[in-house]
Amino acid sequence: MNPFSYVTATDPAEARALAAEGAKYLAGGTNLVDLMREGIETPERLVDIGRLPLAGIEDLPGGGLRIGALARNTRVAADPRVRDRYPLLSEAIVNGASPQLRNRATVGGNLLQRTRCGYFYDRHSACGKREPGAGCDALDGFNRMHAVLGAGESCIAVHPSDMCVALAALDAVVNIAGRDPVPLADFHLLPGDTPHVETVLRPGELVTSIDLPPVPPGHSVYLKVRDRASYAFALVSVAVFTHLEDGRASRVRIALGGVAPKPWRAYEAERLLTGTSLDDHLIDQAAERALADARPREHNAFKPELARRLIRRALKGACS
Amino acid sequence: MPSIQVRLSVNGRRHELELDTRVSLLDCLREHLALTGTKKGCDQGACGACTVLVDGERVNSCLVLAVQCQDAEITTIEGLGEPGQALREAFVRHDGLQCGYCTPGQICSAVAMLGEYDAGVPSAVGAASLTDAEIRERLAGNLCRCGAYNGILAAVREVAR
Repeated sequence: MNPFSYVTATDPAEARALAAEGAKYLAGGTNLVDLMREGIETPERLVDIGRLPLAGIEDLPGGGLRIGALARNTRVAADPRVRDRYPLLSEAIVNGASPQLRNRATVGGNLLQRTRCGYFYDRHSACGKREPGAGCDALDGFNRMHAVLGAGESCIAVHPSDMCVALAALDAVVNIAGRDPVPLADFHLLPGDTPHVETVLRPGELVTSIDLPPVPPGHSVYLKVRDRASYAFALVSVAVFTHLEDGRASRVRIALGGVAPKPWRAYEAERLLTGTSLDDHLIDQAAERALADARPREHNAFKPELARRLIRRALKGACS
Repeated sequence: MPSIQVRLSVNGRRHELELDTRVSLLDCLREHLALTGTKKGCDQGACGACTVLVDGERVNSCLVLAVQCQDAEITTIEGLGEPGQALREAFVRHDGLQCGYCTPGQICSAVAMLGEYDAGVPSAVGAASLTDAEIRERLAGNLCRCGAYNGILAAVREVAR
Protein backbone atom coordinates (compact mmCIF):
# COMPACT_ATOMS: atom_id res chain seq x y z
CA MET A 1 0.00 0.00 0.00
CA ASN A 2 1.37 3.44 -0.87
CA PRO A 3 1.85 5.91 2.00
CA PHE A 4 -1.00 8.39 2.39
CA SER A 5 -2.01 11.17 4.71
CA TYR A 6 -5.31 10.90 6.56
CA VAL A 7 -7.77 13.64 7.48
CA THR A 8 -11.29 13.55 8.83
CA ALA A 9 -14.09 15.80 7.64
CA THR A 10 -16.88 17.03 9.90
CA ASP A 11 -19.27 18.40 7.27
CA PRO A 12 -19.76 17.86 3.53
CA ALA A 13 -18.37 21.29 2.58
CA GLU A 14 -15.18 20.63 4.52
CA ALA A 15 -14.91 17.18 2.95
CA ARG A 16 -15.08 18.65 -0.53
CA ALA A 17 -12.49 21.29 0.35
CA LEU A 18 -10.13 18.60 1.66
CA ALA A 19 -10.60 16.38 -1.38
CA ALA A 20 -7.93 18.01 -3.50
CA GLU A 21 -6.32 16.23 -6.42
CA GLY A 22 -4.92 12.83 -5.46
CA ALA A 23 -7.39 12.41 -2.59
CA LYS A 24 -10.05 9.77 -2.10
CA TYR A 25 -13.05 9.74 0.18
CA LEU A 26 -13.04 6.92 2.72
CA ALA A 27 -16.36 5.68 4.09
CA GLY A 28 -16.68 2.01 5.11
CA GLY A 29 -13.47 1.14 3.29
CA THR A 30 -14.49 -2.42 2.40
CA ASN A 31 -13.66 -1.89 -1.26
CA LEU A 32 -11.15 0.98 -1.16
CA VAL A 33 -8.82 -0.51 1.48
CA ASP A 34 -8.67 -3.74 -0.52
CA LEU A 35 -7.92 -1.90 -3.76
CA MET A 36 -5.21 0.13 -2.04
CA ARG A 37 -3.61 -3.01 -0.64
CA GLU A 38 -3.57 -4.43 -4.19
CA GLY A 39 -1.93 -1.23 -5.47
CA ILE A 40 -4.86 -0.48 -7.78
CA GLU A 41 -5.97 2.63 -5.92
CA THR A 42 -3.05 4.81 -4.82
CA PRO A 43 -4.47 7.95 -3.18
CA GLU A 44 -2.03 10.39 -1.60
CA ARG A 45 -4.63 11.42 0.91
CA LEU A 46 -7.70 9.82 2.42
CA VAL A 47 -10.51 12.11 3.49
CA ASP A 48 -12.46 10.11 6.05
CA ILE A 49 -16.13 11.01 5.61
CA GLY A 50 -17.28 8.28 8.00
CA ARG A 51 -18.37 10.78 10.62
CA LEU A 52 -20.33 13.15 8.38
CA PRO A 53 -24.01 13.42 9.37
CA LEU A 54 -25.16 11.49 6.29
CA ALA A 55 -26.14 8.15 7.80
CA GLY A 56 -29.84 8.80 8.41
CA ILE A 57 -32.90 7.37 6.70
CA GLU A 58 -35.76 9.88 6.47
CA ASP A 59 -39.27 9.98 5.07
CA LEU A 60 -39.78 12.31 2.13
CA PRO A 61 -42.99 14.26 1.64
CA GLY A 62 -45.33 12.24 -0.59
CA GLY A 63 -44.25 8.83 0.67
CA GLY A 64 -40.68 8.48 -0.59
CA LEU A 65 -37.61 7.71 1.44
CA ARG A 66 -34.18 9.37 1.59
CA ILE A 67 -31.27 7.11 2.48
CA GLY A 68 -28.10 8.87 3.59
CA ALA A 69 -24.97 7.96 1.66
CA LEU A 70 -23.30 6.77 4.87
CA ALA A 71 -26.12 4.48 5.98
CA ARG A 72 -24.63 1.03 6.43
CA ASN A 73 -26.00 -1.73 4.22
CA THR A 74 -27.18 -3.75 7.24
CA ARG A 75 -29.04 -0.75 8.62
CA VAL A 76 -30.80 -0.09 5.32
CA ALA A 77 -31.82 -3.72 4.84
CA ALA A 78 -33.19 -3.84 8.40
CA ASP A 79 -35.03 -0.50 8.35
CA PRO A 80 -38.76 -1.14 8.88
CA ARG A 81 -39.74 1.47 6.25
CA VAL A 82 -37.44 -0.09 3.69
CA ARG A 83 -38.76 -3.57 4.45
CA ASP A 84 -42.35 -2.38 4.33
CA ARG A 85 -42.28 -0.08 1.30
CA TYR A 86 -39.20 -1.24 -0.65
CA PRO A 87 -38.72 -4.94 0.21
CA LEU A 88 -36.89 -5.34 -3.11
CA LEU A 89 -34.04 -3.18 -1.79
CA SER A 90 -33.78 -5.07 1.49
CA GLU A 91 -33.81 -8.38 -0.37
CA ALA A 92 -31.09 -7.33 -2.81
CA ILE A 93 -28.83 -6.04 -0.04
CA VAL A 94 -28.99 -9.21 2.04
CA ASN A 95 -28.19 -11.20 -1.09
CA GLY A 96 -24.88 -9.41 -1.44
CA ALA A 97 -21.54 -9.79 0.38
CA SER A 98 -21.48 -11.14 3.96
CA PRO A 99 -22.93 -9.81 7.22
CA GLN A 100 -19.47 -8.53 8.24
CA LEU A 101 -19.13 -6.55 5.02
CA ARG A 102 -22.71 -5.28 5.13
CA ASN A 103 -22.13 -3.99 8.67
CA ARG A 104 -19.33 -1.82 7.36
CA ALA A 105 -20.23 -0.99 3.74
CA THR A 106 -22.20 2.18 3.10
CA VAL A 107 -24.86 2.89 0.51
CA GLY A 108 -22.66 5.50 -1.21
CA GLY A 109 -19.72 3.12 -1.27
CA ASN A 110 -21.86 0.31 -2.64
CA LEU A 111 -22.88 2.65 -5.47
CA LEU A 112 -19.22 3.42 -6.22
CA GLN A 113 -17.74 -0.03 -5.75
CA ARG A 114 -15.47 -1.13 -8.53
CA THR A 115 -15.60 -4.23 -10.66
CA ARG A 116 -14.31 -7.59 -9.47
CA CYS A 117 -12.89 -8.44 -12.92
CA GLY A 118 -9.76 -10.55 -12.32
CA TYR A 119 -7.82 -8.63 -14.97
CA PHE A 120 -8.62 -5.34 -13.22
CA TYR A 121 -7.24 -6.82 -10.00
CA ASP A 122 -4.14 -8.31 -11.63
CA ARG A 123 -1.65 -5.51 -12.21
CA HIS A 124 0.29 -7.63 -14.71
CA SER A 125 -2.69 -7.83 -17.07
CA ALA A 126 -3.85 -5.25 -19.59
CA CYS A 127 -6.80 -3.30 -18.23
CA GLY A 128 -8.08 -0.02 -19.59
CA LYS A 129 -10.04 0.59 -16.43
CA ARG A 130 -6.86 0.54 -14.37
CA GLU A 131 -4.65 2.12 -16.99
CA PRO A 132 -6.48 4.22 -19.62
CA GLY A 133 -5.83 2.99 -23.13
CA ALA A 134 -4.12 -0.24 -22.06
CA GLY A 135 -6.65 -2.56 -23.73
CA CYS A 136 -8.47 -5.50 -22.16
CA ASP A 137 -7.09 -8.97 -21.48
CA ALA A 138 -10.55 -10.21 -20.56
CA LEU A 139 -11.76 -10.04 -24.18
CA ASP A 140 -9.96 -13.27 -25.08
CA GLY A 141 -9.25 -14.36 -21.55
CA PHE A 142 -11.16 -16.17 -18.84
CA ASN A 143 -14.36 -14.18 -19.23
CA ARG A 144 -16.97 -16.38 -17.64
CA MET A 145 -18.02 -13.66 -15.17
CA HIS A 146 -18.07 -10.87 -17.74
CA ALA A 147 -20.62 -8.68 -19.47
CA VAL A 148 -22.91 -9.66 -22.33
CA LEU A 149 -24.75 -6.32 -22.57
CA GLY A 150 -23.53 -2.73 -22.84
CA ALA A 151 -19.85 -3.63 -23.07
CA GLY A 152 -17.43 -2.96 -25.90
CA GLU A 153 -13.95 -3.76 -27.11
CA SER A 154 -12.38 -1.54 -24.44
CA CYS A 155 -13.79 -3.36 -21.41
CA ILE A 156 -16.22 -6.17 -20.60
CA ALA A 157 -16.17 -5.93 -16.81
CA VAL A 158 -19.46 -6.03 -14.90
CA HIS A 159 -20.69 -3.84 -12.09
CA PRO A 160 -20.79 -6.12 -9.05
CA SER A 161 -23.53 -4.53 -6.91
CA ASP A 162 -26.77 -6.26 -5.94
CA MET A 163 -28.13 -3.17 -4.18
CA CYS A 164 -27.86 -1.04 -7.33
CA VAL A 165 -29.92 -3.51 -9.36
CA ALA A 166 -32.81 -3.04 -6.95
CA LEU A 167 -32.28 0.73 -6.91
CA ALA A 168 -32.48 0.78 -10.72
CA ALA A 169 -35.80 -1.07 -10.61
CA LEU A 170 -37.09 1.35 -7.97
CA ASP A 171 -36.28 4.47 -10.06
CA ALA A 172 -33.94 5.72 -7.32
CA VAL A 173 -32.25 9.11 -7.65
CA VAL A 174 -28.71 9.94 -6.52
CA ASN A 175 -28.20 13.23 -4.68
CA ILE A 176 -24.80 14.85 -5.15
CA ALA A 177 -23.54 17.87 -3.18
CA GLY A 178 -23.64 21.02 -5.28
CA ARG A 179 -25.34 19.70 -8.40
CA ASP A 180 -28.64 18.40 -9.71
CA PRO A 181 -29.74 14.91 -8.68
CA VAL A 182 -29.02 12.10 -11.16
CA PRO A 183 -31.33 9.13 -11.76
CA LEU A 184 -29.61 5.94 -10.61
CA ALA A 185 -30.11 4.46 -14.07
CA ASP A 186 -27.99 7.30 -15.53
CA PHE A 187 -25.41 7.45 -12.73
CA HIS A 188 -23.13 4.68 -13.99
CA LEU A 189 -21.60 5.00 -17.45
CA LEU A 190 -20.95 2.42 -20.14
CA PRO A 191 -17.26 1.93 -20.93
CA GLY A 192 -17.19 3.32 -24.49
CA ASP A 193 -13.58 4.36 -25.07
CA THR A 194 -13.10 5.43 -21.44
CA PRO A 195 -13.69 2.41 -19.21
CA HIS A 196 -11.87 4.14 -16.35
CA VAL A 197 -14.69 6.72 -16.17
CA GLU A 198 -17.37 4.73 -14.38
CA THR A 199 -19.90 7.29 -13.15
CA VAL A 200 -21.06 10.83 -13.78
CA LEU A 201 -19.25 11.98 -10.61
CA ARG A 202 -16.47 14.46 -11.25
CA PRO A 203 -13.34 14.35 -9.09
CA GLY A 204 -14.08 15.59 -5.57
CA GLU A 205 -17.85 15.37 -5.91
CA LEU A 206 -19.68 13.78 -3.01
CA VAL A 207 -22.79 11.60 -3.05
CA THR A 208 -24.93 12.71 -0.10
CA SER A 209 -28.00 10.46 -0.31
CA ILE A 210 -30.25 8.32 -2.46
CA ASP A 211 -33.95 9.10 -2.86
CA LEU A 212 -36.53 6.39 -3.37
CA PRO A 213 -39.68 7.79 -4.95
CA PRO A 214 -43.00 6.49 -3.65
CA VAL A 215 -44.09 3.27 -5.33
CA PRO A 216 -47.60 1.86 -5.55
CA PRO A 217 -48.15 -1.42 -3.72
CA GLY A 218 -47.06 -4.20 -6.02
CA HIS A 219 -45.12 -7.36 -6.43
CA SER A 220 -41.34 -7.34 -6.35
CA VAL A 221 -38.70 -10.02 -6.35
CA TYR A 222 -34.91 -10.22 -6.47
CA LEU A 223 -33.46 -13.41 -7.90
CA LYS A 224 -29.74 -14.10 -7.92
CA VAL A 225 -27.79 -17.01 -9.36
CA ARG A 226 -24.20 -17.47 -8.21
CA ASP A 227 -21.53 -20.13 -8.01
CA ARG A 228 -22.21 -20.99 -4.38
CA ALA A 229 -25.23 -20.74 -2.13
CA SER A 230 -24.18 -17.49 -0.49
CA TYR A 231 -21.43 -14.88 -0.31
CA ALA A 232 -20.58 -14.73 -4.01
CA PHE A 233 -21.05 -12.20 -6.78
CA ALA A 234 -23.90 -12.72 -9.19
CA LEU A 235 -23.54 -14.65 -12.39
CA VAL A 236 -26.90 -13.12 -13.23
CA SER A 237 -29.44 -11.40 -11.01
CA VAL A 238 -32.77 -9.77 -11.73
CA ALA A 239 -34.91 -7.28 -9.86
CA VAL A 240 -38.54 -7.07 -10.92
CA PHE A 241 -41.33 -4.78 -9.79
CA THR A 242 -44.88 -4.95 -11.13
CA HIS A 243 -48.02 -3.07 -10.19
CA LEU A 244 -51.35 -4.30 -11.55
CA GLU A 245 -54.55 -2.28 -11.91
CA ASP A 246 -57.69 -4.15 -12.93
CA GLY A 247 -55.57 -7.06 -14.08
CA ARG A 248 -53.26 -4.91 -16.23
CA ALA A 249 -49.68 -4.03 -15.40
CA SER A 250 -49.55 -0.24 -15.12
CA ARG A 251 -45.94 -0.35 -13.99
CA VAL A 252 -43.27 -2.88 -14.91
CA ARG A 253 -39.62 -2.57 -13.94
CA ILE A 254 -36.94 -5.08 -14.86
CA ALA A 255 -33.28 -4.60 -13.92
CA LEU A 256 -30.44 -7.05 -14.40
CA GLY A 257 -27.17 -7.54 -12.53
CA GLY A 258 -24.05 -9.48 -13.44
CA VAL A 259 -24.55 -8.99 -17.17
CA ALA A 260 -23.45 -5.42 -17.89
CA PRO A 261 -20.98 -2.70 -16.85
CA LYS A 262 -23.81 -1.01 -14.95
CA PRO A 263 -27.09 -1.96 -13.31
CA TRP A 264 -29.04 -2.78 -16.46
CA ARG A 265 -32.62 -1.67 -17.04
CA ALA A 266 -34.46 -3.72 -19.66
CA TYR A 267 -36.53 -0.77 -20.92
CA GLU A 268 -37.84 -2.40 -24.08
CA ALA A 269 -38.99 -5.48 -22.23
CA GLU A 270 -40.74 -3.22 -19.71
CA ARG A 271 -42.54 -1.34 -22.50
CA LEU A 272 -43.64 -4.56 -24.11
CA LEU A 273 -45.32 -5.66 -20.89
CA THR A 274 -46.76 -2.38 -19.67
CA GLY A 275 -50.55 -2.27 -20.03
CA THR A 276 -50.82 -6.01 -20.57
CA SER A 277 -52.07 -8.78 -18.33
CA LEU A 278 -48.56 -10.27 -18.20
CA ASP A 279 -49.51 -13.53 -19.85
CA ASP A 280 -46.88 -16.21 -20.29
CA HIS A 281 -46.49 -15.68 -24.00
CA LEU A 282 -45.73 -11.97 -23.53
CA ILE A 283 -43.37 -12.68 -20.66
CA ASP A 284 -41.41 -15.04 -22.92
CA GLN A 285 -41.26 -12.33 -25.57
CA ALA A 286 -40.11 -9.75 -23.04
CA ALA A 287 -37.35 -12.06 -21.82
CA GLU A 288 -36.21 -12.50 -25.42
CA ARG A 289 -36.31 -8.76 -25.99
CA ALA A 290 -34.27 -8.01 -22.86
CA LEU A 291 -31.38 -10.11 -24.12
CA ALA A 292 -31.79 -9.42 -27.86
CA ASP A 293 -28.59 -7.38 -27.99
CA ALA A 294 -26.52 -9.78 -25.87
CA ARG A 295 -23.00 -10.37 -27.16
CA PRO A 296 -21.52 -13.24 -25.19
CA ARG A 297 -17.83 -14.10 -25.17
CA GLU A 298 -16.11 -17.47 -25.20
CA HIS A 299 -16.83 -18.46 -21.61
CA ASN A 300 -20.08 -16.68 -20.78
CA ALA A 301 -22.42 -17.90 -23.51
CA PHE A 302 -24.63 -19.32 -20.73
CA LYS A 303 -25.50 -15.86 -19.40
CA PRO A 304 -28.18 -14.72 -21.87
CA GLU A 305 -30.19 -17.91 -21.41
CA LEU A 306 -29.73 -17.77 -17.65
CA ALA A 307 -30.93 -14.15 -17.67
CA ARG A 308 -33.98 -14.99 -19.82
CA ARG A 309 -34.93 -17.80 -17.45
CA LEU A 310 -34.54 -15.59 -14.40
CA ILE A 311 -36.68 -12.85 -15.97
CA ARG A 312 -39.40 -15.36 -16.80
CA ARG A 313 -39.32 -16.85 -13.31
CA ALA A 314 -39.43 -13.44 -11.64
CA LEU A 315 -42.30 -12.18 -13.80
CA LYS A 316 -44.36 -15.35 -13.59
CA GLY A 317 -44.02 -15.10 -9.84
CA ALA A 318 -45.30 -11.53 -10.14
CA CYS A 319 -48.68 -12.48 -11.57
CA SER A 320 -49.46 -15.45 -9.36
CA MET B 1 5.77 7.70 6.44
CA PRO B 2 2.63 9.56 7.61
CA SER B 3 1.70 8.36 11.06
CA ILE B 4 -1.19 9.21 13.30
CA GLN B 5 -2.26 9.01 16.93
CA VAL B 6 -4.96 6.36 17.44
CA ARG B 7 -6.95 5.96 20.64
CA LEU B 8 -9.03 2.85 20.93
CA SER B 9 -10.23 0.41 23.51
CA VAL B 10 -9.68 -3.31 23.08
CA ASN B 11 -11.47 -5.78 25.34
CA GLY B 12 -12.08 -3.01 27.84
CA ARG B 13 -8.49 -1.75 27.92
CA ARG B 14 -7.64 1.67 26.51
CA HIS B 15 -4.68 2.12 24.19
CA GLU B 16 -3.00 5.12 22.59
CA LEU B 17 -0.79 4.24 19.68
CA GLU B 18 1.28 6.07 17.11
CA LEU B 19 0.57 4.17 13.88
CA ASP B 20 1.43 4.37 10.21
CA THR B 21 -1.83 5.45 8.52
CA ARG B 22 -1.78 2.21 6.50
CA VAL B 23 -2.06 -0.13 9.48
CA SER B 24 -5.23 -2.22 9.40
CA LEU B 25 -7.19 -2.93 12.54
CA LEU B 26 -6.09 -6.57 12.12
CA ASP B 27 -2.39 -5.70 12.06
CA CYS B 28 -2.88 -3.24 14.90
CA LEU B 29 -4.31 -6.03 17.06
CA ARG B 30 -1.76 -8.67 16.11
CA GLU B 31 1.45 -6.72 15.58
CA HIS B 32 1.06 -3.73 17.90
CA LEU B 33 -1.06 -5.11 20.74
CA ALA B 34 0.12 -8.75 20.60
CA LEU B 35 -3.46 -10.01 20.47
CA THR B 36 -2.79 -12.87 18.08
CA GLY B 37 -6.10 -14.67 18.61
CA THR B 38 -7.50 -12.78 15.63
CA LYS B 39 -6.19 -14.49 12.49
CA LYS B 40 -5.10 -13.20 9.10
CA GLY B 41 -6.48 -15.48 6.39
CA CYS B 42 -6.93 -13.81 3.02
CA ASP B 43 -6.32 -10.16 4.03
CA GLN B 44 -8.94 -9.13 1.45
CA GLY B 45 -12.31 -9.57 3.13
CA ALA B 46 -13.09 -12.93 1.60
CA CYS B 47 -12.61 -15.44 4.43
CA GLY B 48 -13.77 -13.94 7.75
CA ALA B 49 -10.86 -15.30 9.82
CA CYS B 50 -10.13 -11.76 11.05
CA THR B 51 -13.68 -11.12 12.31
CA VAL B 52 -13.84 -8.93 15.44
CA LEU B 53 -16.52 -6.70 16.91
CA VAL B 54 -16.26 -2.92 16.51
CA ASP B 55 -18.72 -1.18 18.82
CA GLY B 56 -20.56 -4.49 19.04
CA GLU B 57 -20.83 -5.13 15.29
CA ARG B 58 -18.88 -7.87 13.51
CA VAL B 59 -16.51 -6.65 10.80
CA ASN B 60 -13.57 -7.94 8.79
CA SER B 61 -10.68 -6.28 10.63
CA CYS B 62 -8.43 -6.64 7.55
CA LEU B 63 -10.58 -4.14 5.64
CA VAL B 64 -10.76 -1.55 8.42
CA LEU B 65 -7.93 0.88 8.92
CA ALA B 66 -6.92 1.30 12.55
CA VAL B 67 -7.39 5.08 12.22
CA GLN B 68 -11.05 4.48 11.38
CA CYS B 69 -11.45 3.03 14.88
CA GLN B 70 -10.68 6.26 16.72
CA ASP B 71 -12.44 6.03 20.12
CA ALA B 72 -14.07 2.72 19.18
CA GLU B 73 -14.55 -0.28 21.46
CA ILE B 74 -13.05 -3.41 19.92
CA THR B 75 -13.85 -6.91 21.13
CA THR B 76 -11.65 -9.81 20.02
CA ILE B 77 -11.77 -13.53 20.71
CA GLU B 78 -9.64 -12.87 23.81
CA GLY B 79 -12.32 -10.59 25.28
CA LEU B 80 -15.61 -12.20 24.32
CA GLY B 81 -16.48 -13.38 27.82
CA GLU B 82 -19.46 -15.61 28.56
CA PRO B 83 -21.09 -16.12 25.14
CA GLY B 84 -17.67 -16.77 23.66
CA GLN B 85 -16.92 -19.37 26.32
CA ALA B 86 -20.18 -21.24 25.67
CA LEU B 87 -19.41 -21.33 21.95
CA ARG B 88 -15.80 -22.41 22.53
CA GLU B 89 -16.95 -25.38 24.54
CA ALA B 90 -19.66 -26.25 22.01
CA PHE B 91 -17.11 -26.09 19.16
CA VAL B 92 -14.94 -28.61 21.02
CA ARG B 93 -17.89 -30.87 21.81
CA HIS B 94 -19.12 -30.90 18.21
CA ASP B 95 -15.76 -31.01 16.41
CA GLY B 96 -16.39 -27.57 14.93
CA LEU B 97 -12.80 -27.38 13.75
CA GLN B 98 -9.84 -29.31 12.45
CA CYS B 99 -6.89 -26.95 12.11
CA GLY B 100 -8.62 -24.26 14.17
CA TYR B 101 -7.33 -21.29 12.18
CA CYS B 102 -10.78 -19.95 11.29
CA THR B 103 -12.22 -20.69 14.74
CA PRO B 104 -11.68 -17.31 16.48
CA GLY B 105 -13.37 -15.61 13.55
CA GLN B 106 -16.17 -18.17 13.53
CA ILE B 107 -16.82 -17.62 17.23
CA CYS B 108 -16.71 -13.82 17.09
CA SER B 109 -19.00 -13.96 14.08
CA ALA B 110 -21.43 -16.38 15.77
CA VAL B 111 -21.67 -14.24 18.91
CA ALA B 112 -22.55 -11.18 16.83
CA MET B 113 -24.85 -13.21 14.59
CA LEU B 114 -26.99 -14.29 17.55
CA GLY B 115 -27.30 -10.65 18.59
CA GLU B 116 -28.24 -9.59 15.05
CA TYR B 117 -30.86 -12.31 14.87
CA ASP B 118 -32.40 -11.20 18.18
CA ALA B 119 -32.37 -7.59 16.95
CA GLY B 120 -34.36 -8.57 13.84
CA VAL B 121 -31.64 -8.00 11.23
CA PRO B 122 -32.93 -9.76 8.08
CA SER B 123 -31.09 -12.40 6.04
CA ALA B 124 -31.51 -13.79 2.54
CA VAL B 125 -33.07 -16.96 3.97
CA GLY B 126 -35.73 -15.16 5.97
CA ALA B 127 -36.87 -18.16 8.02
CA ALA B 128 -39.26 -17.61 10.92
CA SER B 129 -36.79 -19.17 13.36
CA LEU B 130 -33.07 -19.84 13.56
CA THR B 131 -33.12 -22.91 11.32
CA ASP B 132 -30.01 -24.65 10.05
CA ALA B 133 -30.37 -22.86 6.72
CA GLU B 134 -30.64 -19.56 8.56
CA ILE B 135 -27.51 -20.22 10.64
CA ARG B 136 -25.56 -21.26 7.55
CA GLU B 137 -26.61 -18.13 5.66
CA ARG B 138 -25.84 -15.83 8.58
CA LEU B 139 -22.38 -17.36 8.99
CA ALA B 140 -21.63 -17.40 5.26
CA GLY B 141 -18.95 -14.75 5.75
CA ASN B 142 -16.71 -17.22 7.61
CA LEU B 143 -15.03 -19.86 5.49
CA CYS B 144 -13.54 -23.06 6.89
CA ARG B 145 -11.10 -24.71 4.50
CA CYS B 146 -11.10 -27.89 6.59
CA GLY B 147 -14.82 -28.11 5.89
CA ALA B 148 -15.90 -28.44 9.52
CA TYR B 149 -19.18 -26.72 8.69
CA ASN B 150 -21.42 -29.46 10.08
CA GLY B 151 -19.67 -29.29 13.44
CA ILE B 152 -19.76 -25.49 13.44
CA LEU B 153 -23.48 -25.60 12.67
CA ALA B 154 -24.13 -28.09 15.48
CA ALA B 155 -22.17 -25.98 17.96
CA VAL B 156 -23.93 -22.75 17.07
CA ARG B 157 -27.33 -24.45 17.02
CA GLU B 158 -26.72 -25.78 20.52
CA VAL B 159 -25.73 -22.39 21.95
CA ALA B 160 -28.57 -20.61 20.14
CA ARG B 161 -31.14 -22.74 21.99
